[in-house]
This record gives sequence, structure tokens and C-alpha cells, in this order.
Amino acid sequence: MRPDFLTIEQWVAPHSRILDLGCGDGALLKFLQQKKQVRSLGVEIDANNIAACIGNGIDVIEQDLDQGLANFSDNSFDTVLLTQTLQAVHRPDFVLQEMLRVGKECIITFPNFGHWQARRYLLTRGKMPVSKFIPHEWYNTPNIHFCTVSDFEVLCEQRDISVLHRNFQSANYRDAAASSPSVFSSIVDRWPNLFAAQAVYHVTS
Amino acid sequence: MKANTIKNNSEAVADSQHDAADKSSIGLVETQRFFYDQPFRTSSGRDLPSIELAYETYGTLNSDGRNAVLVCHALSGDHHAAGYHHSDDKKPGWWNHYIGPGKAIDTDLFYVVSVNNLGGCSGSTGPSSINPHTQTPWGPDFPTLRVRDWVASQHLLMGHLGIEQWAAVIGGSLGGMQALRWALEYPACLRHCVVLASAMKLSAQNIGFNNTARTAITNDPDFHDGRYYDHQTRPKNGLAIARMIGHITYLSGDSMGERFGRELRAGSFTQGLESNLEFQVESYLRHQGDKFAASFDANTYLLMLRALDYFDLAREYGDDPVAAFREAQCKFFVVSFTSDWRFSPARSREMVDALIAAEKAVSYVEIESSLGHDSFLLPVKRYQTVFSAYMRKMSEEFEITEGELNAS
Repeated sequence: MRPDFLTIEQWVAPHSRILDLGCGDGALLKFLQQKKQVRSLGVEIDANNIAACIGNGIDVIEQDLDQGLANFSDNSFDTVLLTQTLQAVHRPDFVLQEMLRVGKECIITFPNFGHWQARRYLLTRGKMPVSKFIPHEWYNTPNIHFCTVSDFEVLCEQRDISVLHRNFQSANYRDAAASSPSVFSSIVDRWPNLFAAQAVYHVTS
Repeated sequence: MKANTIKNNSEAVADSQHDAADKSSIGLVETQRFFYDQPFRTSSGRDLPSIELAYETYGTLNSDGRNAVLVCHALSGDHHAAGYHHSDDKKPGWWNHYIGPGKAIDTDLFYVVSVNNLGGCSGSTGPSSINPHTQTPWGPDFPTLRVRDWVASQHLLMGHLGIEQWAAVIGGSLGGMQALRWALEYPACLRHCVVLASAMKLSAQNIGFNNTARTAITNDPDFHDGRYYDHQTRPKNGLAIARMIGHITYLSGDSMGERFGRELRAGSFTQGLESNLEFQVESYLRHQGDKFAASFDANTYLLMLRALDYFDLAREYGDDPVAAFREAQCKFFVVSFTSDWRFSPARSREMVDALIAAEKAVSYVEIESSLGHDSFLLPVKRYQTVFSAYMRKMSEEFEITEGELNAS
């Protein structure tokens, strides 16, 4: 299981109404249904993921996030989720604004491009970082808007977005098994922009 | 709207696989009849002294009755949805691609009920039936019907079959409208509503097409104000034209182009030569029109077209589809097809948006297909995949129930 699932679980109220943008195969919503009995809806664009959601019994709407969320009314969901998707949309600021309109609260998780390994890669090789975590080349990556923890903080400040909670994880979601020891996690919390592989933000407008 | 095998289309499964699909057909099926020997009050306030419905069933009803699904047909469909009536039948039922063992509506899992709608001409009481008061065919005196009348009559059949709740009511196009009406009129009677290539109401453009088709029929000199039975004739030309108009709109420009292009069936454009020219598409449409006109009753076609035009999901709910859908208790599965311009994806999205606003459980997929409105009848791979996935997941509901029953 991805480590951000456990963080998100803590921030989601039981029996609340949840919208997951870019819900993938519906694994997170299924997890939240089991743990928190939420009423959920996913939005997804990939045909295989949509079929997987339907096979999992997860309600899903085929829709392109870059077209906005005009079909969802203001504050119609308790929490809107956007996990590992912010970096893949054309206008992250627009999607964020729409999420905050539709959801009373929002949870966003994204990979931190300021992580020391990404910095080292760029510094030593002079090339866009390619790793197990970010396996695509710059020219074919679906991740078109990478940002760092510091970048996201600046965006929240500029758009008057209130941060309710922050959670920083050293282990990225692809090797969740390698959970970090507590000493290391305090270092991550102290310098997230350098040591967090993944950031989880709980925000509201 | 019977299935047409459109050849050489990359999205349609190849013809060799059609044969394989036929091997997985439900096989020989028989039409059954349900007599309701009491007055049936229509939504127009008129009474039919009694009604008869022709229907077919496929698969086996579980002991707890929870695996029954109702399939609603579209404009020109009937109760013969799958399998063959005789071993030498050339064509199976109209939805054979999707109903059968191992298919999306898997007859190894589900008990499928398919009804010829009231007003039809394939065995159910309709304009060509005998009016017991006059001992002549009803013709134009047959009551106007609305989608809710079909749903009410299907509800009577449901009781006759001893089914308390459908696992799903499923329909494409006009059939989807029936499924939607079920969800609002009898909310406790279904757990899932599957709406394919449909809409909450027709657009003005759609009504325009339908009215042109109706005019072709009523202007046929053989129509005799709908009393053509008394004149031992049928408005075949008008009905064929009506069908041709409909048929064009159920296909897409691309699929017609791919299939016919500008190919000639007869004649040539050679300079200096006058010849009788005929495009392939002309011959195809004439054949489709004539075939339909030979077997379908014109008054039934008029009645079905009007029911299609009159349907408006939210009319009784202050024209607010969100308020309408608040009545529903079931889950919804909505499918649209990109090249369907009669029931476009935008119409399905409106429905889905209203369902979301009404806080109903809904899944929606938009299938890439060049086959137009008819896509919902044809083998389109992604459609087969998601439709099957939805139905298979649904089947877990009654498998679990059965397990619980056995355990207790």
C-alpha cells in the first residue's frame, strides 16, 4: 500500500463524501470505503484504470481534469483528493482552484522534485532526473509540472490556501515497504524540501 | 435498430469472431406470453380491456430471485433479444452480442427477461391487435403510449414472474429511457439502472427527424389514416422511407464513408455516356427500408416514435433532473459513444451530472467508436470490457446473498 494512503485515512471523516481526481484503479477509494465507510466517486481518464474501478465496484466518471470540474457544484464533497496527479495536469493552479471550490477540504499528494536525489542527479549528470520513482524521459513523461515542497508552499500563500496539515514521507510510494525509522523522519520533517520524497497536504480555501 | 454487421471496421471485432460469438449463443429460445386479463389504464387516461405481452427469458432464476435482469428494447426492437427461434434462423436476437453464456449479460449468472413493448407488433397488444369492442384492428384508435406505460406493463410481468426486485434494468436508446423511468417510478424494484446511448429527453433536432419519418408514413396513399388494415394494404413506401431516415441517423458519417464511400452499384460516370447511376449506399438503404417495411407495423412505428418524443425524465419533477433522480435508490451505469450524434455523449453527461448532484452512485464511460448510435448494439471492444466488468461485479451481490443463505 502507498504510504500516503495511511496519512489520508487520518484526515478523512467517517461516512463523508469523497471525490478522488485521477483515481487510478480505485485502490485508495476502496481502502477509504473499508476503513471509513466513505461515499466515494472517482474521476479518471485512462480506459484501463476505469475498467479496473468498475471491476472493483468503485464508482468512476470518465472525465478530463484539464477541462475543469464545472459539472460539480460548490462544496458538494467533504473532501476532494488529488494524489500523485498534480504534476500530470496542464494547469495545476486551475485544478487546485476547482478542487477547493468543489470540496470543503482537499488532500493533495505529490512527488517532491526538490528531493536530494533529484538534485544530485541534475548536479552530477546535468540531465533531467530519471529514477525508479520517476521512470520517464523528459520527452515522454506524463508528469509535465513537477514542483518542490517550497514551490507548493509559495502557491498556497499566493492563492490564500490554508494548510490544515502537512505530512512528508521519505519513502516514495513505489517502495513503501522501506518505511523510514523515526530519527530519519524527524530530519524529513525539519527539511522536507530536501528529504521528502513525497508530500501530503491537507488544505482548505 | 437491429444489429448490423458493419464490415472492415477496426473497432468492431472481426467477422471470424462473430462466428465464435454465435457458438456462445444461448441457443434455441422460445417466445412466451403473459395475459393480463384486467383493464390497463394508460397514462393518457384510456383503458385497454386487457393486455398481452410477448416475452422471452434466458438463463435460470436463482432460488432467491435476485439474479433477474430486465432488458428493454429500443425503437424497432422486440422481445427476441438473444439466441435463435429455429435452427435455420439466419440471424439471432437483436442483442445477441451482449446476451449469452460468458457475454456481458452472462446467462450463466443472470436470468434475463426481454419484453415486446405494449403497442408493439411482435406479439404484444398493439395497434394491429383486434379491438374487442369493434372486432377490428385498433389502428389509429389504439391509445397513445408513453414510456411510463411500458414500465407499468413490465412491472405487471415482473409480478407474474414472481420477481420482487431486478438486479438491473438495462436498455439502450429508447430502452435506456425505460430503465431511467423504472428507477423513478419503482425505485425499490431495481438495484442497478444501466443506461446506454440514451438521454433524459430528445432534442428538437431529434424530434424533427422523427416527425419527418412520421410524415413519410402518414403521407403514403396506402396509409388511409392508419386504417390500412381495412384496405388490405400497408404503407410500405412511407415506412421504408421513415426507416431510411432513421437508419442514416443511427450511423455516423465516418462509418458510412468507410463502408460505402462513393462506390457505385450500377452505371458509370464515363463522359458522353448516359447511364442509370446508383451508389452503393442508395441500394443499401433501400434494402434496409424495404426489409423493415415488410415486417414492421406502421402504426406501431408511429406510436414508438411518439413515445420517444414525449419522454422527458424530469417533466413531473419541476423540470429538474436532480429532483427527479432523488427518487431513485439504485446505482447507475451510463455509457455513451463518441460518434453517436442522435444521443450524443453530451446528453449522457447531463444525466450523469444530475445523478452526481442528486448524490446517487453512478459510473460513466464514454466509448470511442465510429459506429454512431448503433454502437450500443455492436461488438465494440472497450464497451464489451467495461459492460462485462460492471455486470460481473453486480453478480457478486447475489452470489454473496446465496452464500449467506446457505450458511444460515
